[in-house]
Amino acid sequence: MLGMGDFLQYTVIGLTVGSFYALVALGYTIVYGIIRLINFAQGDLSMVGAFLGWTLLVSFGFEHLPVYLALVIAFVVPMIGTAIVNLGILQFAYKPLLRRSLLAILITALGMSLLLQNAAELIWGAAIEAYPPNLLPLSGFFVGPVHVTYVQIALVVASLLLMGGLVAFIQGTTIGTAMRALAVDHDAARLMGINVDAVIRIAFVLGAMLAAASGVMLGIYYVQIHFTMGFLLGLRAFTAAVLGGIGNIPGAMAGGMLIGLLEAYTTGYLSGTWEDVVVFGVLITVLIVKPTGLFGERVAERM
Amino acid sequence: MALLEVQDLHVYYGNIEALRGISLHAEPGQIVAILGGNGAGKTTTLRTISGLLRPRSGSISCAGKSLVGVDAHVIVGMGVSHVPEGRRIFNILDVDENLALGGYLIRSQHQLIKERKAAVFTLFPRLAERRGQLAGTLSGGEQQMLAIGRALMSNPKVLMLDEPSLGLAPILAKSVLKTVREIANRGAAVLLVEQNARQALAIADHAYVIEVGRIVLEGGAAVLAKDERVQKAYLGGFESVGSA
Repeated sequence: MLGMGDFLQYTVIGLTVGSFYALVALGYTIVYGIIRLINFAQGDLSMVGAFLGWTLLVSFGFEHLPVYLALVIAFVVPMIGTAIVNLGILQFAYKPLLRRSLLAILITALGMSLLLQNAAELIWGAAIEAYPPNLLPLSGFFVGPVHVTYVQIALVVASLLLMGGLVAFIQGTTIGTAMRALAVDHDAARLMGINVDAVIRIAFVLGAMLAAASGVMLGIYYVQIHFTMGFLLGLRAFTAAVLGGIGNIPGAMAGGMLIGLLEAYTTGYLSGTWEDVVVFGVLITVLIVKPTGLFGERVAERM
Repeated sequence: MALLEVQDLHVYYGNIEALRGISLHAEPGQIVAILGGNGAGKTTTLRTISGLLRPRSGSISCAGKSLVGVDAHVIVGMGVSHVPEGRRIFNILDVDENLALGGYLIRSQHQLIKERKAAVFTLFPRLAERRGQLAGTLSGGEQQMLAIGRALMSNPKVLMLDEPSLGLAPILAKSVLKTVREIANRGAAVLLVEQNARQALAIADHAYVIEVGRIVLEGGAAVLAKDERVQKAYLGGFESVGSA
């Protein structure tokens, strides 16, 4: 039964990390669903969120506040700040290129990723910074042979709440319905009285908020943050979005969890150095067998 | 001044002049048909009025307010609703959601949305039966009903329909056009673009014939239906021979 215990332990770790990927993947998928743009800055927005949270907690000393208050500030303010950054990127970098060449806007997105990294290096420096290690109780409990920490539970629950909120917004409100409509037909949406630019801005705000939340979570979970941390995170989350079927919201969530699990099993059973080989190997296999991603024909056109 | 007033509209696609001075008007309760062959400029006219295209010159006004240079989503709020060619319903959304988007500008007024939906369902009982169904799974006729119903959700003063009978079985086409007459009778001005000139003229009050971006003929629908040139160009075929 020892093997089973290991397996479950890796599963717990995989789901925790996977929920971070899922949040970032959702940002890719929402934006792609509406304007067919892979916003490569998505992972770096997460990094910006992580640093904003760190600044508040460590530089401003909010870590000494009561823990609930500190956490609320450390999540909400970076989410707002990162949303503003993403709106700036939309306004100044993407908007002039919308309706023009998709290639130009794709390269611009890569440029925005680098821009955010370099700006972060300028502002926060190239050193590795550390989140307060004991913000949340490090302890945990055993379920049979499996050790679960309170941090893991808190972060997974927070991720699920955010994802639930997003789904409720997109499925349950008229603005959310408008977002889904934009995945189908922009002109028809205009004829309904939908301000397409405003809805695109909402998508960018939502994507950035999810990314920032995942960044703060990463900081709390791994403690260390660095200005390049968004690169691999973004790549893995992009993989998750494609794996689930880009443009598809349940697909992004499932894809994120799947990537997290794959990563944890690979590290556990093989070694951490094989993570990327396995993750991208699975991606390639899935795309060969099912080019539209795991969530099949609902892909790309549907949210 | 008419409810909808279009004056000397010039529209270009790049260097190509698609509309070369179109003028037309429509009054409440009136169906105004726009006839013409493929590429004559019928769809371009509607797309320019609804703000999807910008005219190079000319004026458009609804109830005295200029629509030129106003964004398409704002024009909807000014009382002009456009049912585009090919219906363009949101096929991944269900019937209810499509209608809700038709009422996007009044989305916070739940009671009003409910009333307007009920009115659409009275007009098209078929849609009420299908309200939870994905729009993409509806039949062609039902999709057209949905496209029209969706446009009515904003309670337009001017309703523009681009080829509403296209691709429908003749009986269905007739019933859709009958409903269009009903909508006009309730006080909307209807601008109707139709390939099916015979049926369009049968329900219209007034009609314009467009050729290569210009209005070449206009007049009462009944008069135009008897006009030799119209008969030859648009009402031709065995039926007119038989009735001669």
